[in-house]
Amino acid sequence: MTVLVFTENWDGKFKKLSFELVSYAREVAEKLNVSVVALSIGEVDEDELKKLGDYGADKIVSITNDHLKTLDNQVYTKVISEVTQKENAKVLILSHNNTGKAIAPRLSVKLKAALGSGLIRLPSEVDPFTVYKKVFTGKAFANVILNSDIKILTLSQNSFKLISSDNKATIEEYSTDIQASDIKTKVTSTDKQTGKLLLTDAEIVVSGGRGMKSSDNWGPIEELAKLLGAATACSRPVSDEGWRPHEEHTGQTGKIIAPNLYIAVGISGAIQHLAGISSSKYIVAINIDPDAPIFEAADYGIVGDAHKILPELISIVKENLS
Amino acid sequence: MRIFVCLGNVPDTTTKAKFTENNSVFDTTGVQWIINPWDELALTRAIELKEDANSSVEKVTVITVGTKSAEPTIRKALAIGADDAIRIDAEPNDAYAVAAQLADVLKDEDFGFVMCGIESCDYNGSAVGGMLSEFLDLPSVSAVAGVEVEGEKVSVSRTIDGGKEIINIDTPFIAIVHKGISIEPRIPAMRGIMMARKKPLNVVEASETELLTDHKSFELPQPKPPCKMIDPENVKELFDLLQNEAKIM
Repeated sequence: MTVLVFTENWDGKFKKLSFELVSYAREVAEKLNVSVVALSIGEVDEDELKKLGDYGADKIVSITNDHLKTLDNQVYTKVISEVTQKENAKVLILSHNNTGKAIAPRLSVKLKAALGSGLIRLPSEVDPFTVYKKVFTGKAFANVILNSDIKILTLSQNSFKLISSDNKATIEEYSTDIQASDIKTKVTSTDKQTGKLLLTDAEIVVSGGRGMKSSDNWGPIEELAKLLGAATACSRPVSDEGWRPHEEHTGQTGKIIAPNLYIAVGISGAIQHLAGISSSKYIVAINIDPDAPIFEAADYGIVGDAHKILPELISIVKENLS
Repeated sequence: MRIFVCLGNVPDTTTKAKFTENNSVFDTTGVQWIINPWDELALTRAIELKEDANSSVEKVTVITVGTKSAEPTIRKALAIGADDAIRIDAEPNDAYAVAAQLADVLKDEDFGFVMCGIESCDYNGSAVGGMLSEFLDLPSVSAVAGVEVEGEKVSVSRTIDGGKEIINIDTPFIAIVHKGISIEPRIPAMRGIMMARKKPLNVVEASETELLTDHKSFELPQPKPPCKMIDPENVKELFDLLQNEAKIM
């Protein structure tokens, strides 16, 4: 028996998220007293694959196949379920990101395996198998029992620590039979910015709300973000007004993020916005209105005009971090 | 071409979460029910496509698994512009069971595609759309932020890290959608509300299905310590706290 963890790569490289998943899989496997198999799909070189061992994988199954270059949910489901069976996996772990959300539910049906999605910590018990997750978009948490032989877990990003291991993982190539005709979703064009820090990966996020008054006032937000190595975000009214792109909308129906630090500037903190940021480890609020609900969610707050405070903060950061 | 839109009937997003029976059951007292926000965006796009002369979409049907208490939400979808509705009569307690019940009805229907919101804002399972696709053995695309229909040809735009992909796909398929599919949900007009009363809302019996999950108990978040307020004349203190107390900078 094993725990199988699906580790996605980005142009042949893993990221922190991949190692969080393997660390999590290792801890789940310890509870069940079984080994960890990591599955990688795509061109990843041996040195990169071995990194998965550094976080606790015992074995790495690597699949390279031209038909798997873009994500076809049906074909990925078929391949991952094959490996689940081959490795006799009782728990299958994926990220709760766009890829995980696309394939985990399909695998759940294919393997008749209960799905625990968006988990934020280890299972509290393994018999009955009980997982802990956010519900009502962070307004509550639930203990959910998974009643099936195989269990599928999707882990929320940035919710589990990295645990290094001195495992020397073995690497096994696995080939699978896929025909071009199996691919029903044909990617005809891709429009992608490479090298940009993704909001969901960022450890620090600087975010602006309606209090910024206009898209012309975003300079200091971008400057502070750049200095801190942070991503920029915004509240819903800002993206609805077209001041910022929709990809930056953070909240209930936008992105749900869990950075180490979230700096909310001119954001009142509507319940729908808080839903997107409540998992941040620290929240800083800068707002002119002392009664803004954001101060109830924040750890540190300044009541004042963002247009005065941001430039000051920027010069302090420049003095102290350069 | 006919489009199906799956609807979830969920508590209004401003609802405070409360639980009863020793924290094992969500307390619905005083809760306002709404169309799940992503499903509402999907419905908005479906109706735009029906109105678009270049697309072959001619009928939009909403389908939901729910008890009679979900009917006001279904009527709202009809008022927004759906042509008809199917309610599968069951309590939606488990994503696997809901998807199985939807699949059992949809397998006998003719459609171009089915749209499902990527997540429900109550149990946040992000599961039903993908499960439905697998039950029906149909292709699916998730994180869909746009659907275009030119005659009978359909293409979707999928969000990927740092950008998007355009995907061509043959019908029938399942589109699992999120923000961007439309931006503002459409609001029912008075005429729509009047017409909605006469539109067909068919109730069908739910098939027997297994439940794979059980929400055993709920917890509320721990109250946060009060926010430390910093004098706006002393911004340096914020930096010091972040550096020394939070240990971030």
